[in-house]
Amino acid sequence: MKRVYVNEDWCLGCHLCEYNCAFANSGEKDMALALKGKPLNPRIRVEGDGSITYAVSCRHCKDPLCLRSCISGALHRENGAVCIDHSKCVGCLTCVLVCPYGAVLPGPDGAAMKCELCLQNACGEPACAAGCPNRAIVYEEREEAEA
Amino acid sequence: MSWRGEDFYARMGVRVLHAMEAERVDPEARRVILSTGETLGYDALCLCTGSHPFSPRFEGMETVEQRFFFTTLADALALEAAVTPETRVLIVGAGFIGLKCAEGLRDRAGSVTVCDLAAHAMNANLDGDASAILERHLEKNGLRLMLGNTVTRFEGDKAHMQNGETVDFDVLVIAIGVRPETTLCAGAGGKVNRGIPVNERMETALPGIWAAGDCTESLDVSCGEAGVLAVLPNASFQGRTAGKNMAGGEAVFDTGMKMNSIGFFGLHIMSAGTYTDLIYSEVTETDCKKLFARDGVLTGYMIVGDVSRAGIYTALIRNKTPLEELDLEALEHEPSLLPFGKVSRAKMLGGVV
Repeated sequence: MKRVYVNEDWCLGCHLCEYNCAFANSGEKDMALALKGKPLNPRIRVEGDGSITYAVSCRHCKDPLCLRSCISGALHRENGAVCIDHSKCVGCLTCVLVCPYGAVLPGPDGAAMKCELCLQNACGEPACAAGCPNRAIVYEEREEAEA
Repeated sequence: MSWRGEDFYARMGVRVLHAMEAERVDPEARRVILSTGETLGYDALCLCTGSHPFSPRFEGMETVEQRFFFTTLADALALEAAVTPETRVLIVGAGFIGLKCAEGLRDRAGSVTVCDLAAHAMNANLDGDASAILERHLEKNGLRLMLGNTVTRFEGDKAHMQNGETVDFDVLVIAIGVRPETTLCAGAGGKVNRGIPVNERMETALPGIWAAGDCTESLDVSCGEAGVLAVLPNASFQGRTAGKNMAGGEAVFDTGMKMNSIGFFGLHIMSAGTYTDLIYSEVTETDCKKLFARDGVLTGYMIVGDVSRAGIYTALIRNKTPLEELDLEALEHEPSLLPFGKVSRAKMLGGVV
Protein backbone atom coordinates (compact mmCIF):
# COMPACT_ATOMS: atom_id res chain seq x y z
CA MET A 1 0.00 0.00 0.00
CA LYS A 2 1.01 3.62 -0.42
CA ARG A 3 2.39 5.18 2.73
CA VAL A 4 3.86 8.47 3.89
CA TYR A 5 7.66 8.35 4.03
CA VAL A 6 9.95 10.97 5.45
CA ASN A 7 13.54 11.77 4.49
CA GLU A 8 15.06 13.96 7.16
CA ASP A 9 18.00 15.03 4.98
CA TRP A 10 15.57 16.97 2.83
CA CYS A 11 13.38 18.38 5.57
CA LEU A 12 13.67 22.17 5.84
CA GLY A 13 11.75 22.34 9.11
CA CYS A 14 9.26 24.75 7.53
CA HIS A 15 6.21 23.15 9.25
CA LEU A 16 4.12 23.52 6.07
CA CYS A 17 3.04 19.89 6.44
CA GLU A 18 1.45 20.72 9.80
CA TYR A 19 -0.55 23.59 8.27
CA ASN A 20 -1.59 21.56 5.23
CA CYS A 21 -2.64 18.68 7.49
CA ALA A 22 -4.67 20.86 9.81
CA PHE A 23 -6.33 22.55 6.83
CA ALA A 24 -7.11 19.28 5.04
CA ASN A 25 -8.77 17.92 8.17
CA SER A 26 -10.65 21.10 9.06
CA GLY A 27 -13.46 20.59 6.57
CA GLU A 28 -13.12 24.25 5.56
CA LYS A 29 -12.62 25.43 1.97
CA ASP A 30 -10.50 28.43 2.82
CA MET A 31 -7.14 27.98 4.55
CA ALA A 32 -7.19 31.33 6.32
CA LEU A 33 -10.71 30.71 7.57
CA ALA A 34 -9.69 27.25 8.74
CA LEU A 35 -6.50 28.15 10.58
CA LYS A 36 -6.23 31.87 11.31
CA GLY A 37 -6.35 32.60 15.02
CA LYS A 38 -7.24 29.00 15.85
CA PRO A 39 -5.19 26.39 17.66
CA LEU A 40 -3.44 24.18 15.12
CA ASN A 41 -4.14 20.48 15.56
CA PRO A 42 -2.12 18.71 12.88
CA ARG A 43 -1.81 14.94 12.81
CA ILE A 44 1.75 15.23 11.57
CA ARG A 45 4.34 16.92 13.77
CA VAL A 46 7.77 18.28 12.93
CA GLU A 47 10.29 17.24 15.54
CA GLY A 48 13.97 17.96 15.90
CA ASP A 49 16.49 20.36 17.31
CA GLY A 50 18.53 23.22 15.86
CA SER A 51 20.18 21.08 13.22
CA ILE A 52 17.88 18.12 12.49
CA THR A 53 14.19 18.24 11.57
CA TYR A 54 11.78 15.61 10.36
CA ALA A 55 8.05 15.05 10.33
CA VAL A 56 6.33 12.23 12.23
CA SER A 57 2.93 10.85 11.38
CA CYS A 58 1.23 7.46 11.64
CA ARG A 59 3.28 4.65 10.08
CA HIS A 60 0.14 2.57 9.42
CA CYS A 61 2.06 -0.39 10.83
CA LYS A 62 1.56 -3.86 9.42
CA ASP A 63 0.62 -5.02 12.93
CA PRO A 64 -0.55 -1.87 14.69
CA LEU A 65 -0.19 -1.90 18.48
CA CYS A 66 -2.75 0.90 18.74
CA LEU A 67 -5.43 -1.05 16.90
CA ARG A 68 -4.79 -4.20 18.93
CA SER A 69 -4.83 -2.20 22.16
CA CYS A 70 -7.91 -0.05 21.53
CA ILE A 71 -10.29 -0.70 24.41
CA SER A 72 -13.43 0.38 22.56
CA GLY A 73 -12.82 -0.97 19.05
CA ALA A 74 -12.60 2.56 17.63
CA LEU A 75 -9.33 1.92 15.81
CA HIS A 76 -9.75 -0.15 12.70
CA ARG A 77 -8.37 -0.59 9.21
CA GLU A 78 -9.88 0.93 6.09
CA ASN A 79 -8.15 -0.15 2.87
CA GLY A 80 -4.96 -0.66 4.85
CA ALA A 81 -5.04 2.69 6.63
CA VAL A 82 -5.45 2.69 10.40
CA CYS A 83 -8.45 4.91 11.15
CA ILE A 84 -10.41 6.07 14.21
CA ASP A 85 -14.17 5.74 14.46
CA HIS A 86 -14.87 8.88 16.48
CA SER A 87 -18.29 7.64 17.53
CA LYS A 88 -16.62 4.74 19.35
CA CYS A 89 -13.52 6.47 20.78
CA VAL A 90 -13.84 6.99 24.54
CA GLY A 91 -10.72 9.15 24.80
CA CYS A 92 -8.79 6.81 27.11
CA LEU A 93 -5.66 7.36 24.98
CA THR A 94 -4.46 3.78 25.32
CA CYS A 95 -3.36 4.19 21.67
CA VAL A 96 -1.09 7.06 22.77
CA LEU A 97 0.20 4.82 25.56
CA VAL A 98 1.31 2.11 23.14
CA CYS A 99 2.34 3.87 19.90
CA PRO A 100 6.15 3.53 19.68
CA TYR A 101 6.41 6.50 17.32
CA GLY A 102 4.37 9.02 19.28
CA ALA A 103 2.21 9.28 16.17
CA VAL A 104 -1.24 8.98 17.78
CA LEU A 105 -2.06 12.24 19.51
CA PRO A 106 -4.57 13.50 22.03
CA GLY A 107 -7.09 15.42 19.90
CA PRO A 108 -8.82 18.70 20.71
CA ASP A 109 -12.22 17.08 21.28
CA GLY A 110 -10.96 14.55 23.85
CA ALA A 111 -10.79 11.72 21.34
CA ALA A 112 -7.52 10.42 19.95
CA MET A 113 -6.33 11.85 16.66
CA LYS A 114 -4.09 10.39 13.97
CA CYS A 115 -3.15 10.51 10.31
CA GLU A 116 -5.71 8.72 8.15
CA LEU A 117 -3.79 9.46 4.93
CA CYS A 118 -6.37 12.14 4.01
CA LEU A 119 -8.48 9.34 2.56
CA GLN A 120 -11.47 10.58 4.57
CA ASN A 121 -11.18 14.26 3.74
CA ALA A 122 -11.53 16.35 0.59
CA CYS A 123 -7.81 16.21 -0.12
CA GLY A 124 -8.01 12.53 -1.07
CA GLU A 125 -4.28 11.93 -0.61
CA PRO A 126 -1.91 13.06 2.13
CA ALA A 127 -1.83 16.86 2.13
CA CYS A 128 1.50 16.82 3.98
CA ALA A 129 3.24 15.06 1.09
CA ALA A 130 1.40 16.97 -1.64
CA GLY A 131 2.47 20.29 -0.17
CA CYS A 132 6.01 19.45 0.93
CA PRO A 133 8.22 21.94 -0.95
CA ASN A 134 11.35 19.77 -0.83
CA ARG A 135 9.90 16.28 -1.25
CA ALA A 136 11.06 15.41 2.25
CA ILE A 137 7.63 13.83 2.67
CA VAL A 138 6.42 11.50 -0.08
CA TYR A 139 3.38 9.29 -0.48
CA GLU A 140 4.31 6.20 -2.43
CA GLU A 141 4.45 2.44 -2.59
CA ARG A 142 7.70 0.89 -1.48
CA GLU A 143 7.24 -2.69 -2.61
CA GLU A 144 10.59 -4.07 -1.49
CA ALA A 145 9.86 -3.00 2.06
CA GLU A 146 6.46 -4.71 2.14
CA ALA A 147 7.95 -8.20 1.95
CA MET B 1 -21.92 -1.21 22.32
CA SER B 2 -19.69 -3.97 21.04
CA TRP B 3 -15.98 -4.05 20.35
CA ARG B 4 -16.37 -6.12 17.22
CA GLY B 5 -18.62 -5.28 14.34
CA GLU B 6 -21.96 -7.11 14.45
CA ASP B 7 -21.07 -9.40 11.58
CA PHE B 8 -17.67 -10.37 12.98
CA TYR B 9 -18.47 -13.86 14.26
CA ALA B 10 -20.54 -14.83 11.25
CA ARG B 11 -17.81 -13.57 8.93
CA MET B 12 -15.18 -15.58 10.80
CA GLY B 13 -17.31 -18.72 10.86
CA VAL B 14 -17.55 -18.71 14.67
CA ARG B 15 -20.54 -20.15 16.51
CA VAL B 16 -21.31 -18.16 19.65
CA LEU B 17 -23.43 -19.72 22.37
CA HIS B 18 -25.00 -16.78 24.15
CA ALA B 19 -26.57 -17.03 27.62
CA MET B 20 -24.95 -20.38 28.24
CA GLU B 21 -22.41 -20.93 30.94
CA ALA B 22 -19.52 -23.35 30.82
CA GLU B 23 -20.00 -24.99 34.21
CA ARG B 24 -17.26 -27.54 34.22
CA VAL B 25 -14.29 -28.71 32.21
CA ASP B 26 -13.35 -32.35 32.04
CA PRO B 27 -9.74 -32.23 30.81
CA GLU B 28 -9.34 -36.00 30.55
CA ALA B 29 -12.33 -36.48 28.30
CA ARG B 30 -11.69 -33.05 26.71
CA ARG B 31 -15.25 -31.99 27.27
CA VAL B 32 -16.95 -28.83 28.52
CA ILE B 33 -20.22 -29.26 30.40
CA LEU B 34 -22.65 -26.40 29.82
CA SER B 35 -25.31 -24.98 32.13
CA THR B 36 -27.93 -26.48 29.81
CA GLY B 37 -26.57 -29.95 30.52
CA GLU B 38 -25.20 -30.18 27.03
CA THR B 39 -21.55 -31.17 26.60
CA LEU B 40 -19.11 -29.94 24.01
CA GLY B 41 -15.98 -31.81 23.03
CA TYR B 42 -12.77 -29.96 22.19
CA ASP B 43 -9.30 -30.51 20.86
CA ALA B 44 -8.05 -27.17 22.11
CA LEU B 45 -9.74 -25.06 24.75
CA CYS B 46 -9.04 -21.46 25.73
CA LEU B 47 -10.20 -20.05 29.04
CA CYS B 48 -11.05 -16.36 28.67
CA THR B 49 -13.10 -16.01 31.82
CA GLY B 50 -11.97 -12.49 32.71
CA SER B 51 -12.38 -11.17 36.21
CA HIS B 52 -15.04 -10.49 38.78
CA PRO B 53 -15.48 -7.60 41.21
CA PHE B 54 -14.06 -8.20 44.63
CA SER B 55 -15.62 -7.03 47.86
CA PRO B 56 -14.45 -7.64 51.39
CA ARG B 57 -17.12 -8.30 54.00
CA PHE B 58 -18.29 -5.02 55.45
CA GLU B 59 -20.33 -5.29 58.60
CA GLY B 60 -23.94 -4.38 57.89
CA MET B 61 -23.51 -4.54 54.12
CA GLU B 62 -26.82 -6.40 53.81
CA THR B 63 -28.65 -3.43 55.36
CA VAL B 64 -27.74 -1.25 52.36
CA GLU B 65 -30.67 -1.23 49.96
CA GLN B 66 -29.06 0.33 46.92
CA ARG B 67 -25.65 -1.17 46.32
CA PHE B 68 -23.87 -1.70 43.03
CA PHE B 69 -20.69 -2.83 41.37
CA PHE B 70 -19.34 -0.96 38.34
CA THR B 71 -17.80 -3.51 36.04
CA THR B 72 -20.41 -4.50 33.46
CA LEU B 73 -22.73 -2.59 31.16
CA ALA B 74 -25.64 -4.00 33.17
CA ASP B 75 -24.10 -2.56 36.37
CA ALA B 76 -23.75 0.86 34.76
CA LEU B 77 -27.31 0.90 33.43
CA ALA B 78 -28.76 -0.23 36.77
CA LEU B 79 -26.75 2.43 38.58
CA GLU B 80 -27.82 5.12 36.14
CA ALA B 81 -31.45 4.19 36.67
CA ALA B 82 -31.04 4.39 40.46
CA VAL B 83 -29.48 7.85 40.49
CA THR B 84 -31.43 11.13 40.39
CA PRO B 85 -30.12 14.72 40.71
CA GLU B 86 -30.78 14.47 44.46
CA THR B 87 -28.98 11.18 45.04
CA ARG B 88 -26.03 11.10 47.45
CA VAL B 89 -23.55 8.54 46.13
CA LEU B 90 -20.83 6.88 48.18
CA ILE B 91 -18.14 5.03 46.26
CA VAL B 92 -15.78 2.70 48.12
CA GLY B 93 -12.50 2.57 46.20
CA ALA B 94 -10.50 5.39 44.59
CA GLY B 95 -8.87 3.34 41.84
CA PHE B 96 -9.69 3.28 38.16
CA ILE B 97 -13.18 1.87 38.50
CA GLY B 98 -14.26 4.00 41.46
CA LEU B 99 -13.00 7.24 40.02
CA LYS B 100 -14.34 6.57 36.53
CA CYS B 101 -17.68 5.82 38.14
CA ALA B 102 -17.45 9.07 40.13
CA GLU B 103 -16.70 11.06 36.99
CA GLY B 104 -19.70 9.56 35.24
CA LEU B 105 -22.02 10.24 38.16
CA ARG B 106 -20.96 13.78 39.00
CA ASP B 107 -23.50 15.43 36.67
CA ARG B 108 -26.18 12.85 37.34
CA ALA B 109 -26.13 12.78 41.14
CA GLY B 110 -26.54 15.31 43.93
CA SER B 111 -23.20 14.52 45.51
CA VAL B 112 -20.41 12.00 45.00
CA THR B 113 -18.08 10.92 47.81
CA VAL B 114 -15.19 8.54 47.19
CA CYS B 115 -13.37 6.84 50.05
CA ASP B 116 -10.35 4.56 50.02
CA LEU B 117 -8.28 2.91 52.69
CA ALA B 118 -5.14 3.97 50.78
CA ALA B 119 -3.75 7.40 51.54
CA HIS B 120 -3.75 8.39 47.84
CA ALA B 121 -6.09 8.18 44.89
CA MET B 122 -5.01 5.53 42.39
CA ASN B 123 -2.60 4.23 44.96
CA ALA B 124 -1.66 1.19 42.87
CA ASN B 125 -0.40 3.35 40.01
CA LEU B 126 0.68 6.73 41.38
CA ASP B 127 2.91 8.01 44.13
CA GLY B 128 2.06 10.87 46.47
CA ASP B 129 3.30 13.64 44.14
CA ALA B 130 1.30 12.37 41.19
CA SER B 131 -1.88 11.60 43.07
CA ALA B 132 -1.82 15.01 44.81
CA ILE B 133 -2.32 16.60 41.38
CA LEU B 134 -5.11 14.17 40.58
CA GLU B 135 -6.81 14.67 43.95
CA ARG B 136 -6.79 18.48 43.61
CA HIS B 137 -8.27 18.11 40.13
CA LEU B 138 -11.00 15.74 41.29
CA GLU B 139 -11.97 17.98 44.20
CA LYS B 140 -11.98 21.04 41.95
CA ASN B 141 -14.43 19.11 39.79
CA GLY B 142 -16.84 18.53 42.63
CA LEU B 143 -15.91 15.14 44.08
CA ARG B 144 -15.52 14.68 47.82
CA LEU B 145 -12.55 12.48 48.65
CA MET B 146 -12.03 10.65 51.93
CA LEU B 147 -8.63 9.00 51.66
CA GLY B 148 -6.76 6.95 54.22
CA ASN B 149 -10.21 6.22 55.54
CA THR B 150 -12.72 3.53 54.83
CA VAL B 151 -16.05 2.17 55.96
CA THR B 152 -16.02 0.09 59.14
CA ARG B 153 -19.76 -0.54 59.30
CA PHE B 154 -22.93 0.12 57.28
CA GLU B 155 -26.22 0.89 58.91
CA GLY B 156 -28.89 1.27 56.22
CA ASP B 157 -28.08 4.54 54.48
CA LYS B 158 -25.30 5.47 56.86
CA ALA B 159 -21.61 4.55 56.60
CA HIS B 160 -19.54 4.65 59.76
CA MET B 161 -16.01 5.56 58.80
CA GLN B 162 -12.74 4.53 60.32
CA ASN B 163 -11.98 8.08 61.50
CA GLY B 164 -15.28 8.26 63.39
CA GLU B 165 -17.18 10.32 60.81
CA THR B 166 -20.44 9.11 59.33
CA VAL B 167 -21.46 9.51 55.69
CA ASP B 168 -25.14 9.59 54.75
CA PHE B 169 -25.80 8.18 51.30
CA ASP B 170 -28.56 6.87 49.05
CA VAL B 171 -26.55 4.75 46.64
CA LEU B 172 -23.43 2.73 47.36
CA VAL B 173 -20.90 1.59 44.77
CA ILE B 174 -18.29 -1.00 45.67
CA ALA B 175 -15.23 -0.46 43.48
CA ILE B 176 -12.44 -2.05 45.44
CA GLY B 177 -11.07 -4.05 42.59
CA VAL B 178 -11.38 -7.15 40.49
CA ARG B 179 -9.95 -10.63 40.81
CA PRO B 180 -9.18 -13.11 38.04
CA GLU B 181 -12.08 -15.51 37.49
CA THR B 182 -10.39 -18.90 37.87
CA THR B 183 -13.19 -21.19 39.07
CA LEU B 184 -13.43 -23.18 35.85
CA CYS B 185 -9.68 -23.81 35.72
CA ALA B 186 -9.48 -24.77 39.40
CA GLY B 187 -12.45 -27.11 38.96
CA ALA B 188 -10.63 -28.86 36.14
CA GLY B 189 -7.65 -29.46 38.42
CA GLY B 190 -5.58 -26.71 36.82
CA LYS B 191 -3.04 -24.66 38.71
CA VAL B 192 -4.27 -21.33 40.04
CA ASN B 193 -2.21 -18.68 41.78
CA ARG B 194 -3.61 -15.15 41.78
CA GLY B 195 -4.61 -15.92 38.21
CA ILE B 196 -4.22 -18.87 35.88
CA PRO B 197 -0.48 -19.18 35.18
CA VAL B 198 0.33 -19.26 31.47
CA ASN B 199 3.61 -19.44 29.58
CA GLU B 200 4.61 -17.28 26.62
CA ARG B 201 2.48 -19.45 24.34
CA MET B 202 -0.50 -18.96 26.66
CA GLU B 203 -0.55 -22.63 27.61
CA THR B 204 -1.81 -23.56 31.07
CA ALA B 205 -0.47 -26.54 32.98
CA LEU B 206 -3.35 -28.65 31.64
CA PRO B 207 -2.77 -30.34 28.26
CA GLY B 208 -4.98 -28.92 25.54
CA ILE B 209 -6.02 -25.92 27.62
CA TRP B 210 -4.87 -22.38 26.96
CA ALA B 211 -5.87 -19.19 28.75
CA ALA B 212 -5.82 -15.51 27.83
CA GLY B 213 -6.85 -12.18 29.25
CA ASP B 214 -7.69 -10.88 32.71
CA CYS B 215 -8.01 -14.39 34.20
CA THR B 216 -4.33 -15.12 33.61
CA GLU B 217 -1.04 -14.56 35.34
CA SER B 218 1.79 -14.04 32.88
CA LEU B 219 5.30 -12.71 32.43
CA ASP B 220 5.73 -8.99 33.05
CA VAL B 221 8.59 -7.91 30.79
CA SER B 222 9.34 -4.87 32.95
CA CYS B 223 10.37 -6.94 35.98
CA GLY B 224 10.78 -10.49 34.69
CA GLU B 225 8.18 -11.84 37.11
CA ALA B 226 4.71 -13.24 36.60
CA GLY B 227 1.76 -11.02 37.41
CA VAL B 228 -1.88 -10.37 36.65
CA LEU B 229 -1.62 -7.89 33.76
CA ALA B 230 -5.32 -7.26 33.46
CA VAL B 231 -5.71 -4.61 30.76
CA LEU B 232 -7.05 -4.88 27.26
CA PRO B 233 -3.80 -4.52 25.29
CA ASN B 234 -2.31 -7.55 27.05
CA ALA B 235 -5.55 -9.51 26.76
CA SER B 236 -5.76 -8.81 23.05
CA PHE B 237 -2.23 -10.01 22.33
CA GLN B 238 -2.65 -13.01 24.62
CA GLY B 239 -5.85 -14.01 22.86
CA ARG B 240 -4.25 -13.81 19.46
CA THR B 241 -1.23 -15.78 20.67
CA ALA B 242 -3.40 -18.50 22.17
CA GLY B 243 -5.51 -18.66 19.02
CA LYS B 244 -2.55 -19.10 16.72
CA ASN B 245 -1.04 -21.84 18.87
CA MET B 246 -4.37 -23.63 19.28
CA ALA B 247 -4.72 -23.69 15.51
CA GLY B 248 -1.31 -25.35 15.19
CA GLY B 249 0.72 -22.20 14.54
CA GLU B 250 3.64 -20.78 16.44
CA ALA B 251 3.26 -17.60 18.44
CA VAL B 252 4.59 -16.12 21.65
CA PHE B 253 3.64 -13.03 23.62
CA ASP B 254 6.49 -11.97 25.86
CA THR B 255 6.15 -8.20 25.99
CA GLY B 256 3.26 -7.83 28.42
CA MET B 257 3.45 -5.36 31.28
CA LYS B 258 1.17 -3.43 33.55
CA MET B 259 0.06 -0.35 31.66
CA ASN B 260 -2.78 2.06 32.04
CA SER B 261 -4.13 5.16 30.40
CA ILE B 262 -7.08 7.00 31.81
CA GLY B 263 -8.46 10.51 32.16
CA PHE B 264 -10.77 12.24 34.61
CA PHE B 265 -12.48 15.54 33.78
CA GLY B 266 -9.85 16.22 31.08
CA LEU B 267 -6.77 15.34 33.15
CA HIS B 268 -4.84 12.44 31.68
CA ILE B 269 -2.83 9.84 33.54
CA MET B 270 -0.57 7.16 32.16
CA SER B 271 1.56 4.59 33.84
CA ALA B 272 3.46 1.53 32.69
CA GLY B 273 5.90 -1.08 33.87
CA THR B 274 7.63 -1.40 37.21
CA TYR B 275 8.76 1.44 39.43
CA THR B 276 12.40 0.61 40.22
CA ASP B 277 15.09 3.31 40.56
CA LEU B 278 13.88 6.85 39.94
CA ILE B 279 16.01 8.40 37.19
CA TYR B 280 13.94 11.47 36.34
CA SER B 281 11.35 13.47 38.18
CA GLU B 282 9.43 16.55 37.15
CA VAL B 283 6.65 17.80 39.42
CA THR B 284 4.66 21.02 39.04
CA GLU B 285 1.21 22.12 40.26
CA THR B 286 -0.48 20.50 37.26
CA ASP B 287 1.99 17.98 35.80
CA CYS B 288 4.05 15.11 37.06
CA LYS B 289 6.43 12.79 35.28
CA LYS B 290 8.65 10.14 36.82
CA LEU B 291 10.86 7.69 34.95
CA PHE B 292 12.30 4.54 36.48
CA ALA B 293 15.21 2.41 35.27
CA ARG B 294 17.32 -0.50 36.35
CA ASP B 295 20.25 -2.34 34.77
CA GLY B 296 20.47 0.18 31.97
CA VAL B 297 16.90 -0.10 30.71
CA LEU B 298 13.75 1.87 31.38
CA THR B 299 11.40 -0.22 33.53
CA GLY B 300 8.50 2.11 34.24
CA TYR B 301 6.99 5.57 34.21
CA MET B 302 4.07 7.58 35.50
CA ILE B 303 2.75 10.75 33.90
CA VAL B 304 -0.03 13.07 35.00
CA GLY B 305 -0.87 15.90 32.61
CA ASP B 306 0.84 16.02 29.23
CA VAL B 307 0.83 12.41 28.05
CA SER B 308 1.76 13.13 24.43
CA ARG B 309 4.06 10.54 22.85
CA ALA B 310 4.28 8.52 26.09
CA GLY B 311 4.20 5.41 23.88
CA ILE B 312 7.84 6.08 23.09
CA TYR B 313 8.62 5.36 26.75
CA THR B 314 6.40 2.27 26.69
CA ALA B 315 8.33 0.99 23.66
CA LEU B 316 11.65 1.49 25.47
CA ILE B 317 10.38 -0.74 28.29
CA ARG B 318 8.85 -3.28 25.87
CA ASN B 319 12.02 -3.53 23.76
CA LYS B 320 14.43 -3.29 26.71
CA THR B 321 16.30 -0.66 24.71
CA PRO B 322 19.71 0.00 26.30
CA LEU B 323 19.51 3.57 27.56
CA GLU B 324 23.20 4.13 26.81
CA GLU B 325 22.36 3.95 23.10
CA LEU B 326 20.07 6.96 23.45
CA ASP B 327 20.38 10.62 24.18
CA LEU B 328 18.61 10.17 27.49
CA GLU B 329 18.55 13.83 28.42
CA ALA B 330 16.67 14.67 25.23
CA LEU B 331 14.16 11.96 26.02
CA GLU B 332 13.42 12.78 29.63
CA HIS B 333 11.55 16.04 29.39
CA GLU B 334 9.76 15.37 26.11
CA PRO B 335 9.61 12.02 24.35
CA SER B 336 10.33 12.17 20.62
CA LEU B 337 12.23 10.20 17.99
CA LEU B 338 15.21 12.58 18.19
CA PRO B 339 17.17 10.59 20.79
CA PHE B 340 17.13 7.46 18.63
CA GLY B 341 19.65 8.75 16.10
CA LYS B 342 19.49 9.04 12.34
CA VAL B 343 19.82 5.38 11.39
CA SER B 344 16.96 4.17 13.61
CA ARG B 345 14.84 7.12 12.56
CA ALA B 346 15.40 6.40 8.87
CA LYS B 347 14.05 2.89 9.46
CA MET B 348 11.05 4.14 11.43
CA LEU B 349 10.06 6.92 9.03
CA GLY B 350 11.39 5.62 5.73
CA GLY B 351 10.47 1.95 5.91
CA VAL B 352 7.43 -0.23 6.43
CA VAL B 353 7.02 -0.98 10.11
